[in-house]
Amino acid sequence: MSAKVLTITSGKGGVGKTTATANIGAALAKRGQKVACIDADIGLRNLDVVMGLENRIVYDLVDAVEGRCRLNQAMIKDKHIPDLYLIPSAQTRDKTSISPSDMIRLCNELRSDLDWILIDSPAGIERGFKNAIAPADEIIVITNPAVSAVRDADRIIGIVEAEEKGSPRLLLNRLNPEMVKQNNMLSADDVVDLLAIHLLGIVPEDRAVLISTNKGTPIVLEEKSLAGQAYRNIAQRLLGEEVPLLDLDKGSGFFNRISRVFGSGEK
Amino acid sequence: MDNFINRIFSKKPSSADQARDRLRLVLINDRTDLSSEALESLKDDLLDVLSRYIKIDPKTMRIDITQEGRQQRLIADIPIAGPVSRKY
Repeated sequence: MSAKVLTITSGKGGVGKTTATANIGAALAKRGQKVACIDADIGLRNLDVVMGLENRIVYDLVDAVEGRCRLNQAMIKDKHIPDLYLIPSAQTRDKTSISPSDMIRLCNELRSDLDWILIDSPAGIERGFKNAIAPADEIIVITNPAVSAVRDADRIIGIVEAEEKGSPRLLLNRLNPEMVKQNNMLSADDVVDLLAIHLLGIVPEDRAVLISTNKGTPIVLEEKSLAGQAYRNIAQRLLGEEVPLLDLDKGSGFFNRISRVFGSGEK
Repeated sequence: MDNFINRIFSKKPSSADQARDRLRLVLINDRTDLSSEALESLKDDLLDVLSRYIKIDPKTMRIDITQEGRQQRLIADIPIAGPVSRKY
């Protein structure tokens, strides 16, 4: 095995990097891949709580980098999906406690035992972001159909290309097909046209995401959720399969609206 | 109802159109580090230099930055009005 290192980044905060990392990781592991998700947001630890593993942390990323534990001691086994692991970030340290070369060394040590290493990047374009992209073989830039998020995504894409990391792929998160139809939200075509990079997937706005995050379970385990389906499709595309983009219009159809009124599909 | 009346009586672009148009300009500024004022002064300088060699009507000259993929391109369309009368 030689793992592929995939960094999920965005520039702007709050667009869904951590949720995307947790769910792409879960979807890949569900397809039999061995995956480690690394929370590279030192000082603002969050991936643990999104994955529902916050009570199992003993050692963290900085402990592993500074040699206070072996690397596998910092790897927490997921409770839902076999072969999924989390390396949590340190909560009481800051971004300067590790360097880009530390991240490269750490990922190289992990590679031989895994299929995928997913890195959840912090927001911003400073040290934490540099740490997160340093070991990346591939980069996913995530954005929302909002002017601020798209602008920041463009900056990030420019920096990634300047660092000769190749062209990143785009994940458009929280698209609301109804608002697009009313011409009150940028469409996927608009965003792809503005940013001019390859689209990896579109995740529709879905209340089920917050609900599953509340419980610490990945949305990809909810068979009925459209967002869950979108993440499962993204994992398949990462594995080289050709999967058409979701038909998001059916999510606003009559029966779906009825089922939403009665609260089904949101367990 | 307000919304309905607005839509009938005004030709205001939709909010998505506005977002797209504003972003298009902002991204060009961000990527080239060239503000719209700077672009104006670039046009003026260009006109100055070119006018030493050819006669140009500034009103017909068009200079724009366009986007091709992630590549920005400065496109100038400058009709030549005639030769500059040289002083010997």
